[in-house]
Amino acid sequence: MAKYRFVIDVEKCTGCHSCFLACKDEYIGNDYLPTAAAQPEKGHTWIKLNETEQGQGTKIKVDYIPVMCQQCADTPCAVAAPAGAVYKRADGIVIIDPEKAKGCKAIVNSCPYRAVYWNDEKNLPQKCTMCAHMLDNGEKTTRCAEACPTGALVFGDTEDKNSAISRILAEKAGRVEVFKPELAVEATTKYINLPKPFIAGEVLLADRPGECLKGAKVTLTAKEDDTFLLEVQTDVFGDFEFKNLESNKNYIIKAEYEGYYFTELTVRTYASQNLGEIVLNPR
Amino acid sequence: MADQEQVFCNLTNGGPISVYVRDGKIVRVRPLQIPEAEYKPWVIEAGGKKYSPPKAVRLSPPAHAERNRLESENRILYPLKRVDFDPNGERNPQNRGKSGYVRISWEEALGIVSSEIKRLTDTYGGSAITGMTSSHHNWGVVGYKMGPFSRFMNMLNYTPVLDNPDSWEGWHWGATHMYGFQWRLGMPEQFDLLEDALQNTEMIVFWSNDPDTTRGTYSGQESAIWRVWLKEKGIKTVFIDPFYNYTAAAMDGTWLPPRPGTDTALAMAIAYVWLTEGTYDKEYIEEKTIGFNEFKDYILGAGDDSIAKSPEWAAAECGIEARKIVALAREWASKRTSLSSGARGGEGSACRTAYGTEWARMMVALQAMQGLGKPGISIWGTSMGAPADSDTWFPGYAEPRGQMGKSDVAKNKLSLQNKTKQRLFRLTLPEAILTGKEEFWGDGFCGQNLEQQFKQNIYPMEGHSTVKMFYRYGGSFMGTMSDTNKWVKMYQSDKLEFVINQDCWYGSEAKFADIILPACTNLERNDIGEWAACGGYTTNAHIGNNYRVIVRQQKCVEPLGESKSDYEIFTLLADKLGMKDLYTEGNNEDDWARLFYESSDVAKTLSWDEFNKKGYHLIPVPENYKSKPGLRWFAEGRDVDTADSGNPKRGTEKAKELGTYSGKIEFASESLRQNMPDDEERPIVPHYIPSWEGHRSEGYKKYPLQIISPHPRFSFHTAYDNHTAWVNEIPLHRVEKDGYQWWPVRLNPADAKVRNVKGGDIVELYNDRGSVLCIAEVTERVPAGTLHSYGCSAKYDPLVPGKPGSTDKAGCVNLLTTSRMLSKHAPGMTPNSCLCELRKWEG
Repeated sequence: MAKYRFVIDVEKCTGCHSCFLACKDEYIGNDYLPTAAAQPEKGHTWIKLNETEQGQGTKIKVDYIPVMCQQCADTPCAVAAPAGAVYKRADGIVIIDPEKAKGCKAIVNSCPYRAVYWNDEKNLPQKCTMCAHMLDNGEKTTRCAEACPTGALVFGDTEDKNSAISRILAEKAGRVEVFKPELAVEATTKYINLPKPFIAGEVLLADRPGECLKGAKVTLTAKEDDTFLLEVQTDVFGDFEFKNLESNKNYIIKAEYEGYYFTELTVRTYASQNLGEIVLNPR
Repeated sequence: MADQEQVFCNLTNGGPISVYVRDGKIVRVRPLQIPEAEYKPWVIEAGGKKYSPPKAVRLSPPAHAERNRLESENRILYPLKRVDFDPNGERNPQNRGKSGYVRISWEEALGIVSSEIKRLTDTYGGSAITGMTSSHHNWGVVGYKMGPFSRFMNMLNYTPVLDNPDSWEGWHWGATHMYGFQWRLGMPEQFDLLEDALQNTEMIVFWSNDPDTTRGTYSGQESAIWRVWLKEKGIKTVFIDPFYNYTAAAMDGTWLPPRPGTDTALAMAIAYVWLTEGTYDKEYIEEKTIGFNEFKDYILGAGDDSIAKSPEWAAAECGIEARKIVALAREWASKRTSLSSGARGGEGSACRTAYGTEWARMMVALQAMQGLGKPGISIWGTSMGAPADSDTWFPGYAEPRGQMGKSDVAKNKLSLQNKTKQRLFRLTLPEAILTGKEEFWGDGFCGQNLEQQFKQNIYPMEGHSTVKMFYRYGGSFMGTMSDTNKWVKMYQSDKLEFVINQDCWYGSEAKFADIILPACTNLERNDIGEWAACGGYTTNAHIGNNYRVIVRQQKCVEPLGESKSDYEIFTLLADKLGMKDLYTEGNNEDDWARLFYESSDVAKTLSWDEFNKKGYHLIPVPENYKSKPGLRWFAEGRDVDTADSGNPKRGTEKAKELGTYSGKIEFASESLRQNMPDDEERPIVPHYIPSWEGHRSEGYKKYPLQIISPHPRFSFHTAYDNHTAWVNEIPLHRVEKDGYQWWPVRLNPADAKVRNVKGGDIVELYNDRGSVLCIAEVTERVPAGTLHSYGCSAKYDPLVPGKPGSTDKAGCVNLLTTSRMLSKHAPGMTPNSCLCELRKWEG
C-alpha cells in the first residue's frame, strides 16, 4: 500500500507562491467529495509560506517555509473531533470528513500548526487533503508539488523505494527533520534545511583597515562544555559564517591571524547574529 | 463528472496551460499537461555531472491564478458611457476620472466611436487620432495588441505613440554605443550561456538583477532550476542591489547594497583596481576594443574631471567600503566571472536611473576588460540560454511576420501603409496634449540603426493635426509610467475631445474614458502562439524555456458578459466605417491563425489539422546539437554563428564585427563622437555624473529617502495585480488591513524607528510631485535611507477621485517619480531616481 508524504527542502524554496495559488485554483469553488468540500473564495491558505528573515546589516538570510497539514501520526485533530469526523486513510492521508466534521470548530483549534481553517459559510473545518481526489483518480502528484519550479516541494509514495521522495529521504537521511519538533505530534511531513541561527561577521586587522582579510582563522566552540565545533577561514571579503547552529546556546567565536592577538567573543544564539567587524591588533 | 469535463490548451505570458471546463465554466487551470514520453530533454555535461530539465513546464506564479483573473470582479463586461459625456452636446472633459458610467448597447457604443472617428478624420485628417496599448495582458499571434489594434489604427492613418524601452533604458540609450546590439535594443545575445556557465563560470555577479522575479520576461519559472544547479555546484555569487532581492535570498551570496543611483561609481572603481593592478585582459583590449586609453585616463584621474575613480572615491558615493570594492574587483579578475545584469542580459533597476546610460556602458566595459565572450565570461541574466532548435521559425507577436498588419500572409499590409508620419512619445504624451507641442529624441525603440537615437521628432509635424482623440487600449500607466499625476491632467484636458478605453479589466486609466469597450481574454477566443517567443527585438526568446512549446490557443469559454475579441471589435468598427473588407480581407480569427501557422517552419512537418487537433507541439532540440555561446564568435575572431537573426552583419564580410561603427567594443564611442560629440551628459567616454535626484542633490535635504521601484514579483507589470484576488492574497504582494489591500513599502528598521513607524502601519510616501499610501514592511532587506516598493500597482484609488495630486491609496508609487529623463538626449524613464519622505498616516 502506498504511503503518501511530502518532503520539503526549504533551501530550494524561493517563495514564489505558485503552490499557494495552485492550491486555491484546485479547491476554490470546487467540491471533491468525499475528501474535500470547496474552499471559500478568500482567507484559507491550505498551504502557506512562512517568511523568516534572520541577521542584520548586509549579513541576512531570508527563507520561505511551506506549511500545510503536517499529517501527524498523533492526529490531535482526530482526538478533538467527533468519532469518524477526522480519519486517516490507509495511504496515510488525514482527512477531515466534510460532512461529519460540520460544526466542529475544536478541530481548528486542535491543530498545533494552525493548518486547519474554518469555513464560515459551510460551518466546516478544512485543510490540505494532499489532493486525495487526484490520487484516487490515478494521478501521481498534488497541485502544489506540480507547480513547484525548483523541486523544493516533493510529493510521493515512500513505500515505493524508487520514487523521488524515497531517494531524497535516503540521500539526506541525516538531515531530515520535522517542522517545530517541540510540538511533539509526530508530523510525517519532513523538512530539509529548515532555517537555523547563524553567526556571521568580518575579521579585520587594526593596522590594515583598508583591506579585506582573507584567510583569517575563525573557530566555533560550544561554551557550555568547551567542545570545539568548527574552523573556517574568512573569504575574500574578510567574511565568515557559521550556519545551522542551535537556538539559545552560547558559542565562543575566536578569530585569529598570525602575528596578531586573537579575539574571542561569547555569542548567544537567541537569534542569528551579525557580529560586524572583529578587529585584530598586531602583536 | 469527469466525462463532462473538457480540457483545452492555451497560453499565458507566464507559460502554457491546460484549461479544464465544465458546464461552460473554467474549473481549474494547470501547467500544460504533456505526457512525459513526449519530452525530449536536453542534457548538459559539466564537471562530471549531467544536467537535464524536468519533464514539465514551470509557469510563472500568477499564471496559476488565470481562472481567477478571468472571472475577476474587475472585468469590463459591457460597453459603458460616462454619464456626463454627450458627443452631440456637453462633453465635460474636466470630469474624466470623477464621473460615473452608464451601460449602453454595443450598437450605441460602436455608433459613437465610429462617428467620432469620421468627424475627426473628415475635419482634421487621420493624424488627429492617436492611440496606444499597454503590454503583456494577453498572449497570441492573431489577437495580441500589435495585430488587430495596429492594423485598425494604421488603416485610419493615426498618429502612433512610440513606446520607450521602459525595462532596459540605459542599455538602449547607452550600451548600444559601446557594443552594438541595437537590433536587440541594447541587450546582448544569450545563446547557450547556461552550458557555458555550468562548464566554465566560477563566479556570478548579479548586478541590479533579480531573475527569480523577472524570469527572462515570459519564461515562467523555467530557469529557477538552473540557479539551483549553479548554487549546488558551489559557484560563488555576489549581489549588488539596494534591495536584498529574491534571487539573493534563494542563492545566499554576498550582498553589497549601493546607494541608489551610484552603481556607475562602483563600477568605475572596479575598473580602477584592474587598471592599477594590471588585472585585465590586455590582449583582448588591444584586439577587440577601441578608445581604451581615453577611458583609462578618465578612470585614473587624467580625464576632463581630474578625479581618480578610486575605491575610496567610490565608497564615498555608493556607501560600500573601499576594501569591499577592492576585494570584489580582485576576485572578479581572478575568476571566470559572469556578470548578471538583467533578465535578458540587460535590464535591471540601475538602468532606469539618472544617467543610466553610463551604468549600462560600464557593465559592458567591465566585462570587456575581462574578455567578454571567452569561456565563462559573459553578460548573462541567468534566465535565458538553454539549448534549443533556433532554426525552426514560428511567428511571434513583436515581429513583422507575426503581425496581421505587416505579415506576408496579409494581402494588404495596412500597418505599413499609414500616411501619417507624425509621432508622439509615450513618456511625454501628457505634455504634448496639454501644451499642444513637444519635441523628443529618437523613435522610441531605436532598433533599426544607431543614428535613429539622434533623430529629433517635432510634434505637431508640419501638415499634420494635433491629436484630438485618444484610443487607449489597456490602462496600466498610472502604476508604470513616471510622474503620473500628469496623466490625470492630460485626460481632463479639453484638447482631448474624445477618449476610449478598451480592455478586459478596469485598469488605472479606464475611468478617464468617455466610452469604455469590453474586450475578452485569450481564454475566450482562438489563437496560436509560442511560449515566451515574442520575436522582434528579442529574437529566439524561447531560449529562456527548457522546451519550445507551440500552442493552439483554444477558446475555452464564451466571452464573459458582452465582451468581444479585439479583432471582432475592430471588425465591427471597420464595418461602421465602410472598411470591413479592407480590414478583414474576408478572414475570421481562425483563418488568420491558420495563415500564420502555415507561414511557419513548423507547418512543414506538422499539418494544421494535426496541430489543431492536438493543441500543442514541442520542437525538439536536434540530436546533433552544437552549442554556440553568445559572443564566443567575437572573442575568437570568427564570423557570428549564433541564431541572432537581427544582426545585420551576419553573412556579410563584416560578420566578425559587433554593431558599433568600428565593429569593436568602443570604450570611446564613435557613434556618440560622430553624432553628438558635445553631449556632456552622455559623453564619448562613460562618465559618472551624480544624480540630479540623489544623495548629492538639493532635494535630498527635504526628502532624504531614496525609493526604488523595480519590476514586481507576483504580477507582470500591472497584469494580474488587483484583477486577481488570489494574487492579492499573497502577503508579499498586497497586505490586507482594515478591509483594504495595501501595497507594501519596505524600509529599514532605523528609518522606521526615527519616524515612529512599525511594520503593518499605513504610511504616506510623499514629495512635491505626489503622495501615496502604502503598508510598511520593516526589514533589513533594504539599507537605511533606501525604500523599496514595486512599481506596478494596477489600481489607482485617489482619496479625491479625478483630482491631480490627490493621495492615492492603492500604491501607485510612480505618482512620486520624476518626468526627468536619463539625460538631455537620452529620453528614458528614471523611476529609480526618486527622493521622498515617509510618515505614519493618521487618516
